[in-house]
Amino acid sequence: MTTATQAKARMLTMAQAISEATAQEMARDPRVFVMGEDVGKYGGIFSATTGLLDKFGPDRVMDTPISETGFMGAALGAAAEGLRPISELMFVDFFGVCFDQIYNHIAKNHYMSGGACKYPLVITTGIGGGYNDAAQHSQCLYSIFAHVPGLKVVVPSNAYDAKGLMTTAIRDDNPVVFLYHKGIMGLSWMSYFEGSTNEVPEEPYAIPFGEARVVREGSDVTIVTLSQMVQKSLVAAETLAAEGISAEIVDLRTLVPLDRATVLKSVAKTGRLLVADEDYLSYGLSGEIAALVAEHLDSIRLKAPVRRLAVPDVPIPFSRPLEQFAIPQVDNIVASVRGLMTAKVY
Amino acid sequence: MDATAEQLLWMYEKMIEIREYEETMARVYLEGKLPPKIQKGLAFDIGAGPVPGEMHLAAGQEPVAVGVCAHLRADDTVVGAHRPHHFAIAKGVDLDAMTAEMFGKDTGLGRGKGGHMHLFDPVVKFSCSGIVGAGAPQACGAALAAKKLGRDSVAVAFFGEGAANQGAFHEALNLAALWKLPVVFVVEDNKYGISVEKSASTAIASNAERAAGYGMPGVLIERNDALAVFKVAGTAVARARRGEGPTLIEVKTDRYFGHFQGDPETYRPKGEAKELRQHDPIPVLGALVRDMGLLDANSDAGLRQRIATRVQAAYDFGRNSPYPRPEDALLHVFAE
Ligand SMILES: Cc1ncc(C[n+]2csc(CCOP(=O)(O)OP(=O)(O)O)c2C)c(N)n1
Repeated sequence: MTTATQAKARMLTMAQAISEATAQEMARDPRVFVMGEDVGKYGGIFSATTGLLDKFGPDRVMDTPISETGFMGAALGAAAEGLRPISELMFVDFFGVCFDQIYNHIAKNHYMSGGACKYPLVITTGIGGGYNDAAQHSQCLYSIFAHVPGLKVVVPSNAYDAKGLMTTAIRDDNPVVFLYHKGIMGLSWMSYFEGSTNEVPEEPYAIPFGEARVVREGSDVTIVTLSQMVQKSLVAAETLAAEGISAEIVDLRTLVPLDRATVLKSVAKTGRLLVADEDYLSYGLSGEIAALVAEHLDSIRLKAPVRRLAVPDVPIPFSRPLEQFAIPQVDNIVASVRGLMTAKVY
Repeated sequence: MDATAEQLLWMYEKMIEIREYEETMARVYLEGKLPPKIQKGLAFDIGAGPVPGEMHLAAGQEPVAVGVCAHLRADDTVVGAHRPHHFAIAKGVDLDAMTAEMFGKDTGLGRGKGGHMHLFDPVVKFSCSGIVGAGAPQACGAALAAKKLGRDSVAVAFFGEGAANQGAFHEALNLAALWKLPVVFVVEDNKYGISVEKSASTAIASNAERAAGYGMPGVLIERNDALAVFKVAGTAVARARRGEGPTLIEVKTDRYFGHFQGDPETYRPKGEAKELRQHDPIPVLGALVRDMGLLDANSDAGLRQRIATRVQAAYDFGRNSPYPRPEDALLHVFAE
């Protein structure tokens, strides 16, 4: 440690990391601009665009009317002309009012044009519950975006990854959906998991898509997870370690592309798999990961059946006890892993 | 259309009730959200306290709710938005059950499933949504049903000026005019959609002008005044009830609190809310009913006392009701 700056790690919240990546890419590339509801003066409801208006002015940081179909379609149109829009959908739940632009056009036009047209745009959006915002403001829904071919899907769990992945997202020539969980943004008005606020280098860097990260090594069980659930899993892993259970945690980081190799390698090592997900249980991410492992049972030997932890196919309820029940918690992860340790395959 | 003495008093009473309700909620909402600091850097915890989650209050916007609902019957439909309390109260939603819902209790309108933005009361045909712009087409559906079923009931959709830039709004207007539906669209222009001023979101000054583009009457009410709303709404509701089709009304009104509780309001000139309170519509109507001899100072004080007691009772009911069992989260996904 020679200087004060080296001695003191620069900690950023995930919100700060996202806006820093955006600012650096905007400075580097004049084609990048931001639009969405309350992204200007307010700095984004979840602070993902804080400071951008002051740095770049209203031509490049545009507050939009509450017209999601309008500005998602406009993002496509501007991207087709060579600009690189970042278009914020305030809550992912609002995809309902503009999904035609996203899944019938943004996702498919490149393909339908036989590769002739490009749509380099990023849709940023807030996901997740845990603070009692009920069924229309608490969903994750990343599986829905990942289900539609043509969208890259990024779901970071911490500030360091968020900055590197956001940089990659902006530089990518494809449409990217970047989903940040509200409960790890480090907001001053919402309780959050502090593990998501971490050391972030000031200089720009890019984290490639399709590379999951083993955030904790272990030998007894693999927890495949993402987003806020990574932070919950880390807490759970401590409890499990005290009981002598060694959990390995794989943070997927991107759903499209999906790093299948890292998942398979970890499960091959531990022989046990828990998928911990905050999206709905059926027809989603947890099923996808389970299927991936099932398809490789010719080369992987499981010691226990695959377990999935997710929202049990109910809308997210408002009331605290109901919401705590519906959204998987640290205790549920611990209990599921304990169950896996005694379960058997025949 | 002139208001009867009974209607005037009803509007006055309901405005006081709404205000009392919102001011009480503003206090209750803060419980448990500020100190102690449970986490580094945390100033306020939206998920804590007896009433967690987002909270959008409508203090200042009472004239819109009472001026319209004074013309409605229990079998008329109201669809509100994310800022729903004033409409719910004016429509006659059960105050105890509504309040219990905000506390997430089993006795709540939605047994704790919905919360403050998602209130459903089929008895007085009230519903609302947290999705901006969603209500206008739904009101068309209620009006369509009335028509198909041969009833003379009407439907009213209330929403903010921000919502009038959603595609759903424009589609609903066209449907309503095309099918001559008994529906009234009421836009509350409180100047802001969260932080974005109307002038920065809407290409024309008055949404009432947009009515012409869809072939229906459009009326702008420039004053946040219950009687002014009452008059225009009376004409619109009567027209709908006669089967003559929809009307679009925009009312310039005032939002005294932030967009939601906890909103830093950095986008708003300092002191603006205080200035707006100088033009409080409640004392204006109060002066009128007293001048007309409908109420003296004594009975006014008595009225306020009764309302305060009633509102407090609803909060006590909500607070003291039991929570649902956690596993009740699994109920009500499908009708049995
Ligand atoms: C489809 C959709 N987009 C965005 C939001 C986020 N949002 C909630 S309230 C609001 C502003 C609404 O403004 P307005 O319609 O004028 O109503 P007001 O809040 O002023 O009563 C926004 C943008 C939402 N809930 N739904």
